[in-house]
Order: sequence, then C-alpha cells, then structure tokens
Amino acid sequence: MNEWVIELRNVSKAYAAHPVLRNVNLQVRAGEFLTLLGPSGCGKTTILRLLAGFEPADGGEILIGGQDMRTLPPEQRQVNTVFQSYALFPHLTVFENVAFGPRLKRIRGEALRDQVMEALRMVKLEDLAGRRPGQLSGGQQQRVAMARAVVNRPRVLLLDEPLSALDYKLRKAMQLELKQLQRRLGITFIFVTHDQEEALSMSDRVAVMNAGRIEQFGTPRQIYEAPENLFVARFVGEINNLPGRVVVAAPPRYDIRLHDRVVNLKSSRVFGIGDRVNLLIRPEDVRIWREWEGSAEERAALFPAMVEEVIYKGSTVDLALRLDSGDALSTTQFFNEDDQALMNLDFREGERVFVDWVHDWETILPHEE
Amino acid sequence: MKVKEPFKFAAVGVIGFWLIAFTLLPNLLVVVASVLERGGDEFVALVFTPDNYRRLFDPLYLGVLLDSLWLAAATTLLCLLLGYPFAYLLTRMPARWRPLLLLLVIVPFWTSSLVRTYAMVILLQTNGWLNQLLLDLGWIAEPLELLYTEPAVIAGMLYALLPFMILPLYAVLEKLDRRLIEAARDLGAGRVTIFRRIILPLTLPGIVAGCLLTFLPGLGMFYVADLLGGARAMLVGNLIRDQFLSARDWPFGAAASVLLTVLMGLLLWAYYLSARRANQGALP
Repeated sequence: MNEWVIELRNVSKAYAAHPVLRNVNLQVRAGEFLTLLGPSGCGKTTILRLLAGFEPADGGEILIGGQDMRTLPPEQRQVNTVFQSYALFPHLTVFENVAFGPRLKRIRGEALRDQVMEALRMVKLEDLAGRRPGQLSGGQQQRVAMARAVVNRPRVLLLDEPLSALDYKLRKAMQLELKQLQRRLGITFIFVTHDQEEALSMSDRVAVMNAGRIEQFGTPRQIYEAPENLFVARFVGEINNLPGRVVVAAPPRYDIRLHDRVVNLKSSRVFGIGDRVNLLIRPEDVRIWREWEGSAEERAALFPAMVEEVIYKGSTVDLALRLDSGDALSTTQFFNEDDQALMNLDFREGERVFVDWVHDWETILPHEE
Repeated sequence: MKVKEPFKFAAVGVIGFWLIAFTLLPNLLVVVASVLERGGDEFVALVFTPDNYRRLFDPLYLGVLLDSLWLAAATTLLCLLLGYPFAYLLTRMPARWRPLLLLLVIVPFWTSSLVRTYAMVILLQTNGWLNQLLLDLGWIAEPLELLYTEPAVIAGMLYALLPFMILPLYAVLEKLDRRLIEAARDLGAGRVTIFRRIILPLTLPGIVAGCLLTFLPGLGMFYVADLLGGARAMLVGNLIRDQFLSARDWPFGAAASVLLTVLMGLLLWAYYLSARRANQGALP
C-alpha cells in the first residue's frame, strides 16, 4: 500500500493551447492539511478540478488511494469538494442539501437523520436544518457546504478558496474551526487559497504555485524562512531584497559585498566568487539603532539609513527606510511592553538611523530579475 | 422628488386609464353580459339569469370544453417535449451563436400567425406539398388525409406556439448555475438523478411559464382549428366567436368567455404560487 493518498505525476493541462499546469508532481499524505497557494491563474483551482474529476488531465497520472483516476467520473470518486461559491442547492433545505450525498448511497430513515444531524452539529447548524440556503448568512452557507461534503466521509476533501467570500473576522474564526474539524475528522484536506497568511496558519504543508508550476513544496516554516526562489520569497509575506556579489567563497560561509560593506554569511547553497546574489531579509528581522544608540565602532558595521515613512499598526510600527546605498528597506518593530523606556518607537520621518539584521536569518538566492 | 411628481402622476395616470378603459371595463361588461338574457335587437336584455352558465354544462358544450382542454394540453405537452431539449441545446451552444439562434426562433413572429396557418394548409392539403413529396419519394401510394384532422390542428398549434415554450425555458436554463450540476456530480449523482433532483426543480418556473404561455393561447386559438380542423373541430375559442358573430347569443358567448378567463386565472395563480416557492430558495 502506498503512503500517498493522492499522487500527481507529471500532470499537465491546457485550455485552448494556453497551458495552466506544466508537469506538476505532488504527493499528499493521508490525514494531511495541504494548501495550494498562489496568485489567481496559477493553476491551483485546476488541480482541484482534475482531482474532483470535472476535467481530464492532458498528460500525466492522477492517483487517489493508489488508483488511477483517468476513467473514473466525479460521481464515483471518493473525494468531495467545498466550492468557492458554495454551490448549495437553492431549492433544497439545509437538511436536504446535506442529505443529498447519503441519499444517493441509499441511506434512509433514522440512519439518514442521524448522519445529517451529526454533520450539522459538527458545524453548529442543527437549529437551521429547515432553512433554505437563501435565508442563511455567508458564514452559515459556508458551514452548510462543509457539512454537505464531510457527511460523505470522503478520503480527501477539496476546498476551493472556501473562506474568500467572508469578512476578515469571520474568516479568522472559520480558519480555526476548519483546522479543528480537519484534526477531528482525520480527513485529508486540500485547500486552495491566494492568502498566504491563511496558508501558513492552517497547513501541515504548503505548495506555492506560479504559472502552472509548483515553485516550492514544504512546511509553512520552510516556505517562510527558507524560500527556494525569489517568487516564493516575495509571494509569502513581505521581504526585503538587497542585491550583492560574492567576494570570498568558503562554503558554507561567504563574504558578500553589499555596496560598500562586506558581510560574512552562511548558506547551504553553493556560490562562486563574483556571483551576483539576492539577499532576502524579512522586515521583522531588521534591527534599528537610533542616532544616540551604540558606539562609533559598533556603528561602523551598520548600514546608515533615513526614515521615509512611519506606519503605526497597533502592535507594531512599520518603517519604510532608504539606505544610503539607495535601496529601500521596510522594517517591522514590535512594541516591547517590558522595556518601555528603551523601546521608544517614536520615529520621525527624515530621521537618521542605523540598521542591520539578525545574521543567518537571511536567505541568499542566486540573482534573478 | 417634488419635481418628478407631475411626471409620475401622468405616467401612472395614463397606464391606469388605459387598463381601466380597455381591460377592466370591457371585462366587466362581459361579466355583466354573461348573467343577462339574450335580447332581440340590443343583443342583451337587462334581466338577470344564471341560465347561460347552466347551459355551459350541457354535455354538448362540456364536450367542446373538454375537447379544447385536450387539444391545448396535447399541444402543450408536445411543445414541452420538443422545446425543453431544444432550449437546453441552445444554452449549450457557443455564446456568440446564441443570439442568432434565438433570433431564428423569433423570426416566425414577424409573419402573422394567420398567414402561417394558411401556409400549413398548403403544406397539408390532399394535393399539398407534403403529400406530393411523400408520393414522389414513393413512400406512399396515394395521398394521405392530413388536413381537417386532429393531428393537423395539433401540428398547427404546435407550430404557432412552440416559441412561447422555448423562450421561457431558455431563460431558466441559461440562468441555471452549472456549478450546481458539478456539486451534484461531486456528491455522487448520475445524469438521471441530476436531472430529476436539480435541473428539473430549478427550471420548474420556466416549465410552468412555458406551459401557461402555450396552454392558455391554445385554448383560444380558434382560427387554427377553423383552418386545419375544418367543421369537425369545435373549440371554446370557436364557440365564443360563433356565439358573438353567428348565433348572436352574446350572453352565452360572454359566459363561455368568463369561464375561459376564470380557468386561465386559476392557472396563473398556480404559476404565481410555484414561482413564489422557487424564489424563496434563491440566493440573494
């Protein structure tokens, strides 16, 4: 028996000669919460449609539970979908919507009632069983769509941006509920979203997609802290990108020149002397010294900069800086409540500051445009 | 708001006047006439009587009514059986073709339906084009009796009324959310189940509208029965016309007319109920 509940091997798909998936390989473990993350049009929804069976792949193999899906129509696959639009049947009550799948399996009477009500209890909708979808709020409709899918106990649940139509607060609450539900049911979730925060907070693993390819596949931590290329780095969270050049190569340590400074950094990648690189630093990893902080010797190793903009965000203060080298740098400073006297974040626009970052928390990638 | 009010008043006034003068009053006159006695020179005598309605339930006239209902129902059913797949196929056509195809459905309306019915006569008569064609092909040895039969009447009504069935069906099928069908498949439904449990209930308002739009005119289309059915086919529409124009029995014609109106009213009411039920479930 295969350890993968879902396997995509070299799957490709094109619409009218326009490729949407190019040789995609993907393996999903049973019980995993996997997220396909990417900008719109990157092919993530197409993967769901191929898995559900609404469309055939042009090339490659799709296996669910080790079984080739090529000739199996959607109604015979052990997967269920939660649609972005929910696609609830408007003429049926909440109860009948949820009962749709079990009825097709010839479940009747008490057993049907029990199954449906259990699914509705799970999403806290048992009181609304008699309503029609049109009489429910967006969040409630979303829950009905969930209940209608999970009541069938599928091997895999496909979720196509299920939370995108909800407002911010409700989305947050539903993210948590969805995650808990997934743990409780032990069903494999394949979740599609373009919201990187959602992807990081909910998933066991994330596949970042772009232009029909999987750019990186790993845990949220790997994706965020060790992006494999510039696209992933930029798409997942905010990141600063400083151009540099390798001057001394002694793997795993490299001396990299950033304008008039040389910094010694570690990288698991192999670079040669003279290679152009991108130094990627998260805003929250940037440290700031103000003019009166630190000694002259300490400052010599820092990068001088000018505060261009101060954005107060409640729990953080974000600064847009301009390094003397001309590069822009954004930073996020957290308020430190234990240390109010020192952590005074009353930056002024036009103020001169000195910056560096927590070394080895950066990512060094080969240069790309 | 104040500035707009004279215009609003005028607009509503004109419509109101129109409806009262040309719809409500004539219909009231018909209702009043239906409970009066037949008169000498004035067509009606101002004497109250329920006799006209009693006469309608005479087996002779009841037969006419049942015949009409049967013909209209048969036509409606045929329209539905032909129109539903037709409308469905229309919605599956490439989007840029659809307006043209819809236009072709409507084109026959540009010719008077009376003229088109005469055209049917030319096609169906004993030495008509259809018989000629079948003879030439050698499929029949002698001309078929096509004209002045019940199938001829049904065919004529079908031809005249089919667009009224196709258009409302097209409207609901076009609106039908394809994602609901995908959702049903995803939950394990096959073609038959999807049609029975999703497509049929969701297009029911269009089916009812189409049936009303074919059934109601079907009851009153006297000229089709006249031209294609000859003297053999007597329908409510013919009866009403004959009472007013030939028999000069206005009260009885009026009573038949009121009966027809009430019947149509009941059907419209049923439609209203079904539409309201369907709307209740629609997404906002």
